[in-house]
Amino acid sequence: MNFKLKIWRQKDAKSKGEFKTYEVTNIASDTSFLEMMDILNNDLVHKGEEPVAFDHDCREGICGMCSMHINGHAHGPETAVTTCQLYMRKFKDGETITIEPWRSAAFPVIKDLVVDRSAYDKILQAGGFISVRTGSVVDANCIPISNADAEESMDAAACVGCGACAATCKNGSAMLFVAARVSSLAKLPQGRVEGARRAKAMVAKMDELGFGNCTNTGACQAECPKSISITHIARLNREFLAAKLKD
Amino acid sequence: MSNFLCNSSIGKKLVMSISGCFLVLFLLFHMSMNIAALFSAEAYNAICGFLGANWYAVAGTLVLVAGVFVHFAYALWLTIQNRKARGQQRYAVTVTEKGVSWASKNMLVLGVIIIGGLAIHLIHFWSNMMLVELMGEHSVVIAGVEYAPTDGAGLIAFTFSKWYNVLIYVVWLAALWFHLSHGAWSMIQTVGWANDKWYPRLKCLSTLVATLICGGFALVVIFFYIKSLGCC
Ligand code: HEM
Ligand code: SF4
Ligand code: FES
Repeated sequence: MNFKLKIWRQKDAKSKGEFKTYEVTNIASDTSFLEMMDILNNDLVHKGEEPVAFDHDCREGICGMCSMHINGHAHGPETAVTTCQLYMRKFKDGETITIEPWRSAAFPVIKDLVVDRSAYDKILQAGGFISVRTGSVVDANCIPISNADAEESMDAAACVGCGACAATCKNGSAMLFVAARVSSLAKLPQGRVEGARRAKAMVAKMDELGFGNCTNTGACQAECPKSISITHIARLNREFLAAKLKD
Repeated sequence: MSNFLCNSSIGKKLVMSISGCFLVLFLLFHMSMNIAALFSAEAYNAICGFLGANWYAVAGTLVLVAGVFVHFAYALWLTIQNRKARGQQRYAVTVTEKGVSWASKNMLVLGVIIIGGLAIHLIHFWSNMMLVELMGEHSVVIAGVEYAPTDGAGLIAFTFSKWYNVLIYVVWLAALWFHLSHGAWSMIQTVGWANDKWYPRLKCLSTLVATLICGGFALVVIFFYIKSLGCC
């Protein structure tokens, strides 16, 4: 397969970027999107040009490093996958593919397609943990947790912190990410204890870092590679408001 | 409790939600009241008389003004913050994500249309009714005809005999419909009373509420326009 790639190139955080068009040829349909980028970079290096910088690590959909806004979608047109799990067979032969970095004030571009997502780490550090040692694995059913609660907690825990939610949101809101972290812990007895403090601390950090206000468009859940539902945002709202009203 | 209603995103959204809910309830009441005009001018004017320049009607009006003001001010505040959070650099390619309604992305624009329509509406009715009474007058002359400030039915018949007024109100109500089709379920989500099982139901209810309110108002407008054409 052959593709025309319109890629955002930006030298560093301070420079002004622009789109550059490249062509890749003879790409097997089972090539992953990141492998296709590797092939392009290989060509560029051979031509003595600067390769395109992009984030990646595990290449199996678990680390959340790969990003890229592809043809208007975070992680490309396929639903519920990260960019490393996206394959070129999803595109039409000869198609022009536009590749942009995440665009959100809280995620400034560092170079080309790489953005600084440390704002998410800071939110996590503000409260996305439990402060006691839980020790090693306890006997099954020692702490009773209903199957429904365990499932919901695990659904939320699937969040890989990729940033697609804030990158997609027209309000630049990080609510889906924060909600996933608050929800996964709130549903378990170990996390429940610090529920109120966690919700307040994480929301305060999120606001402080300049993320926007959720208007419930639902765009985040449509683009989230882990299909995290906005049902968790409802829970975060509940947790936060209950905590504030009790203060 | 501190002042989380102005210094946290979720607190600010709570203000949007409660003020929005208050306005929805008011509109439900106003729409039901208007339906009376379809059946009897006397009955409608009796309601108008009841809601004249009495202390409770004036107090109610002031609360409404406060509600609209708070909702509008917070809408502007939140939207300005949101645009800043989005950043200067926008995507070159954008799409409408799956399951995302057009209304949900255009709440402020729709709200501004609603405010514009509201201004025209207040000039048409409030300034010829409650305001006249507040000024201590007992009648108002519009296009050479004298109206009592409690003659709501007469004013309706006059206003909606003009095609351009009908057009303005229909556009206004359409904007309101879109705003409510998202707003009505969004306000429930904001206070946290929603979940995956309830989203389809809440969205359906939202459409119903929006259609009931806007349809009810539009019915009165169109009924009086057709009546003015003299065919019934
Ligand atoms: C005065 C002009 C208005 C403006 C500028 C305006 C603007 C907005 C904005 C920007 C939002 C936030 C979007 C969101 O939360 O999804 C919103 C939400 C809402 N609006 Fe309005 N609006 C106006 C009038 C109204 C009126 C007249 C009603 C009621 C009939 C109403 C009901 C609602 C509701 C129920 C919400 C949802 C609140 C929530 O999400 O928690 N709005 N409005
Ligand atoms: S909620 Fe989804 S989109 Fe947001 S950071 Fe987590 S995995 Fe990524
Ligand atoms: S590279 Fe780890 S999720 Fe894509």
